[in-house]
Amino acid sequence: MSVLAVTEHRRGELRDISFEIITAGRELADELGEDLNLVVIGGDVDGFAEDLNRDGVDTIYTVNEGEEFNHGIYKQAIEQLHAELDPTALLTPNSVNGLDYTPAVAESLDLPLVTDAVALEGGQPVEVTREQYGGKVETTYDVDADQYAISIRSAEWPTAEDAGDAAIESFEADIDHDAIGATVNGFEEVGGGDVDITEADVLVSIGRGIEEEENLPLVESLADTLGATLSSSRPIVDNGWLPKNRQVGQSGKVVEPDVYIAIGISGAVQHVAGMKGADTIIAINTDPNAPIYDIADYGIVDDLFDVVPQLIEEFGGEAPDV
Amino acid sequence: MKILVTVKEVAEVEDEFEISGLDIADSSLEYDLNEWDDYAVEEAVQISEEHDDVEVVTVTIGPERAEETVRMALAKGADRAIRVWDDSIEDAQFLDVDTKAEIIAAVAEEEDPDFILSGVQAGDDANGATGVAVAERLDFEWGAVVNALDLDVDEGVASVHRELEGGVEELTDIEIPAVLTIQTGINEPRYASLRGIRQAQRKPLDVQTLDDVGLDASVVDSEIERTDMYEPESEGDATLWEGSAEDTANELADFLRDKGVVEG
Ligand SMILES: Cc1cc2nc3c(=O)[nH]c(=O)nc-3n(C[C@H](O)[C@H](O)[C@H](O)COP(=O)(O)OP(=O)(O)OC[C@H]3O[C@@H](n4cnc5c(N)ncnc54)[C@H](O)[C@@H]3O)c2cc1C
Repeated sequence: MSVLAVTEHRRGELRDISFEIITAGRELADELGEDLNLVVIGGDVDGFAEDLNRDGVDTIYTVNEGEEFNHGIYKQAIEQLHAELDPTALLTPNSVNGLDYTPAVAESLDLPLVTDAVALEGGQPVEVTREQYGGKVETTYDVDADQYAISIRSAEWPTAEDAGDAAIESFEADIDHDAIGATVNGFEEVGGGDVDITEADVLVSIGRGIEEEENLPLVESLADTLGATLSSSRPIVDNGWLPKNRQVGQSGKVVEPDVYIAIGISGAVQHVAGMKGADTIIAINTDPNAPIYDIADYGIVDDLFDVVPQLIEEFGGEAPDV
Repeated sequence: MKILVTVKEVAEVEDEFEISGLDIADSSLEYDLNEWDDYAVEEAVQISEEHDDVEVVTVTIGPERAEETVRMALAKGADRAIRVWDDSIEDAQFLDVDTKAEIIAAVAEEEDPDFILSGVQAGDDANGATGVAVAERLDFEWGAVVNALDLDVDEGVASVHRELEGGVEELTDIEIPAVLTIQTGINEPRYASLRGIRQAQRKPLDVQTLDDVGLDASVVDSEIERTDMYEPESEGDATLWEGSAEDTANELADFLRDKGVVEG
């Protein structure tokens, strides 16, 4: 028995989650008293395997199939390796691609699945911690099964850094290409546009708390007054109120300004992924339990429609009527 | 052509809330159509408006209360709705991914849709897994986190963009029948018109039990058990400025001046 962890790469590079999943996998394997095996599928598998050879990894299986991610190849390869190794735990990244194969693999192997784990406690049963209701509560789940699948959230475990001495083995998966009904044709970069929010020293960032497009001039005025750049959480962009290049987060831009003022933003994990590297984070939010306060340095628990006009006036500006 | 859309009524937590046992107290919850499903419904309705002879059917696992949400989807243009519920679902501690997938797949087998649209995730549980699990059960093709969809009905191909991390999209052709999980921003969900709301009252909303869809109570059995729910200890040590808006704005302004963000 073992822990089998699936790694991830894109456009020739291993993604950070691949090194985080080594740490998570090693911890779990230690608690279970088992080996940690990795699998890397597609692309420059030999080069990747060298990079993935970190302390605590027992064996790295390479599956030389395809250049980029294709869920059909991943699914078949993981299923076959799973059959061969018979692991206790299957760990996968809760990334966009992880979301695209993990549920299918778990369903087809009949493994109970818990997604988006933020902590694991190995044993029988294994205990998985996750967040619910937009991060307002944490829950724990016991999985009482001999074999199970868990996907892990990115940036929750440190990356494994030290070099290791894992065995590297090529795994010949027998891929039925005719059974794959999805063809990946390439990638497209989104964004560009008027400003580069990643260059800004100060970001005034607005979220759904702004309620209406008509209220945007209020935060625009604040940004002007501060000489800051305006950015936003996803719903503002989804609504078409600001262009895509202003979106901060997992699927938007990763920013590292000196000061990030999050106004009416709850701090969902996908948003935080884009701004947690800011030097100083200031939150203005009516909800004292909003997850943004977990990472904020300073906060004002109050209505933005009261605070923002006052702030503009503090600097001698005039708040627009909204 | 028939499109099945999975629709969930999700619980939203009020700012002040209480936990009762292993869940949030009902008094602290409000219910609404899952944000991601709203986009899935809109996408299906837009397809039905662009092509002839498209029927849009929604499927929901939920108690009677969920009908308000289901009617909202009907008001936005879905043709009819199916809601699955019975005592054994009601009594289950929670429904894991496999249980939900099994129930939805059972409905899909009855309905025989050409494809299924589902939200990427539900705002409350955030499993992000049901749609793809349903695809596997039905032996459908699938695509997760779709933020652009171009359907070629004659060729039986959905050309999609999958929204990856970091502002990169993957361009993928997916053979139908397929399940696509829909990301927010793919379209602009409409508001239900008054006329739509009136019409929705007359649209069929079938309530089915597990038995009706060919399953039994064992489908809610799970090897996964919720053991605890709690408010996470704040990892942060944010300094909270307190007082009137004038006071707090003043503190923040001083801070920004000290930081050199603004002069004077
Ligand atoms: C695959 C995937 C990728 C995603 N990528 C991103 C991404 O890149 N970026 C991103 O931001 N999101 C992303 N999301 C969405 C994310 O999960 C959240 O839905 C989103 O970040 C929520 O935005 P918000 O904080 O503005 O809105 P909400 O979560 O609705 O929060 C609004 C906040 O405003 C507060 N508020 C309301 N009124 C007021 C007021 N008058 N004054 C002060 N405060 C007020 C509320 O208390 C609340 O905390 C992604 C989701 C998925 C599934």
